Amino acid sequence: MRIALFLTCFNDTLFPETGKSVVRLLRRLGHDVAFPYEQTCCGRMHFDSGYRRDAAPLARAFATAFAPYDAVVTPSASCAAMVRGRHPLLARDARDKRADAFRERVDAVAPRVFELSEFLVDVLGVEDVGAFFPHTVTYHPTCHSARVLGVGDRPLRLLRKVRGLRLAELPDASECCGFGGAFALKNAETSTAIGADKAAAVMRTGAQVLCADDNSCLAHIGGLLSRRHGGVRVLHLADILAATAPHPELAAYPPGDPAHASLDPVHPAPDRPREGVPR
Amino acid sequence: MTAVRREPAFLGMPPFPEAAHHALADRRLRAELRDTSRTSRSRRAEAVDELPPFVWEKLRRAGAVIKDDVIARLPDHLEELEGSVVAAGGTVHWARDADEANALVIRIAREHAAAEVVGVPAATTRETGLDDALADAGIRVRATAAANAGLTVRGADFAIAETGTVCAVDADENGLRSVTLPDVLVTVLGLEQVLPAWRDLEVFLHLLPRASTGERMSPYVSLWTGVTDDDGPRGFHLILLDNGRSDVLADRMGRQALRCIRCSACLDVCPVYTRVGGQAYGSVPPGPIGAILAPQLRGVNRHDVDAQTASLPYASTLCGACFEACPVRIDIPAVLAHQRAQLTDLGRGPARHREKAAMSAARWGLAEPWRLGLAQHAAALGRHVIARMPHVLAGPLARWTDGRDAPAPPPESFRTWFKRTNGGLDEGGSRDEVPGDTDDETAEGPSATPREEP
Repeated sequence: MRIALFLTCFNDTLFPETGKSVVRLLRRLGHDVAFPYEQTCCGRMHFDSGYRRDAAPLARAFATAFAPYDAVVTPSASCAAMVRGRHPLLARDARDKRADAFRERVDAVAPRVFELSEFLVDVLGVEDVGAFFPHTVTYHPTCHSARVLGVGDRPLRLLRKVRGLRLAELPDASECCGFGGAFALKNAETSTAIGADKAAAVMRTGAQVLCADDNSCLAHIGGLLSRRHGGVRVLHLADILAATAPHPELAAYPPGDPAHASLDPVHPAPDRPREGVPR
Repeated sequence: MTAVRREPAFLGMPPFPEAAHHALADRRLRAELRDTSRTSRSRRAEAVDELPPFVWEKLRRAGAVIKDDVIARLPDHLEELEGSVVAAGGTVHWARDADEANALVIRIAREHAAAEVVGVPAATTRETGLDDALADAGIRVRATAAANAGLTVRGADFAIAETGTVCAVDADENGLRSVTLPDVLVTVLGLEQVLPAWRDLEVFLHLLPRASTGERMSPYVSLWTGVTDDDGPRGFHLILLDNGRSDVLADRMGRQALRCIRCSACLDVCPVYTRVGGQAYGSVPPGPIGAILAPQLRGVNRHDVDAQTASLPYASTLCGACFEACPVRIDIPAVLAHQRAQLTDLGRGPARHREKAAMSAARWGLAEPWRLGLAQHAAALGRHVIARMPHVLAGPLARWTDGRDAPAPPPESFRTWFKRTNGGLDEGGSRDEVPGDTDDETAEGPSATPREEP
């Protein structure tokens, strides 16, 4: 099986460690993985922002770059959803003389694209990937993984098999973190207000690490946690599954105390505790 | 032809981000929204979960199919409805827009010499701004039908083409009284609320109460057909309101919004609505469904729209919770993305030159792998700045750091690493440190002893 890694432009640029984790993980499981250098971006940002004319050439390039492979694995549920669900739409709307070739290629490639947990559980048939990660972890199912791809409990099944890992349940886990791509900038205040509730939920779990299968959502929640000195670090699912060796304990922070750190981005807490705020 | 006037009550509303700013400042509003939406969500989940497996999904699909048939053959169904209503002794009026609908109500009230009407609050009469129009015409509006009430104006949920029956699912017995007590009953109904046949009603009487209030069925379901001797109203008027709906029909992707049965399920699950509330949308209805319906009713698929309207399709994270909750399976995220394309690719929104330029630049940078590499090198140069000041970003990204720290770009992109180390094979041994924290260059590589792969 010729496996290709679709890392996504976002991870390639900002989170290369996640890509290295996927490579290490798959090698450990006995599979080699190619990184086609022609890959750039799935076009999600352009498509979701309404720039479909800009997204279409990116979808074409994607289909060309990954055509030679049997399976494409990506550590991004959101980009996997874009390729599987939206590239066929862009191909269907194409009107030029290469449109037929575009459609054929998308029809061939799109179904072979898998988000990491799908690839491990469904394609490789493994749940225990031999990982060791002795920390308390809470998992946020991102909207595109849970609702659009429907990965279900696959990531949790993988995490439960990680040695040393203690899984803490995240309250209101299925609620959106408020990132939403361009929404994070266009409606920044609402985005951070939604994210503040997610960050508060994460801090209530007492977990040392927040895990998800999309670094974009993690960058948003992580940015909020960092601004509040929440003491919770964020790691991609791949980063945890790739970890094997025992290593020094991560710095353990107490979960945030709402009396000390306001979770409201718009209106920071007054110096004295507010009345009626549950502790 | 007179100009078509739509949703006059909301002219002058600021665009969504500005309206949201004010809503977010209202702590009490946010606390209330959090509590009510949480309660509604759990009630709805209970009502859906108690059904046998797949029944809810089958009902949703049935609802969507029936509504799609209505939308596809709307003129036929409406003609049949008109015939059935007239045969039952009622009168049908057609209103192109809000003004015409209000004028019809006023005319009917004057014909019956009514100085006062009972107005049962409804989505359609809110949409037309009826209360204000009646007040302008010197007609008083009362909200309850405690006694024999003369003339009552209300909305309804469905009208059945086959029989001419109008059906209302109400929240309390006031709605029920309004059907039986008045001499003259005027119903204002959106064109899309017609159902083909009596049997179709069953599906929606299952869907609506569960999706709306989490009840198995509503105790206040009223059905009335024309006029009957010695029983109920003497006059039966049905006003069929277009107000932009026939424009919506023209858009193959967007017209699924007309399936909406106004249950409000999408509001309670929406991460945006549950933080900012209904006012911020400046639309009837608000929330996710309003964000796709209002721009269409205001003609986004035909012509330019104002800044407030153009801001609505962006008032969503596209998280998909609304689609999951919708009892008639309206794919709201797909329609939102479609409308964004109408606003940008077709240029029907206010021009956003800077955004367009940024998108073009991004597209250029992503068109060729070497260009992406170039951008990654540029980002790596800025990493020391961001690493020291994660709270300050410049340019269009400045809004990111208003409330969030920014991740510092790594010293080396993945593709550069992959090329340099032959995918890690030439790196010597394997590195099993916890990744994601290699930002600090003083860290001396892996802290744990390198181990051989098992």
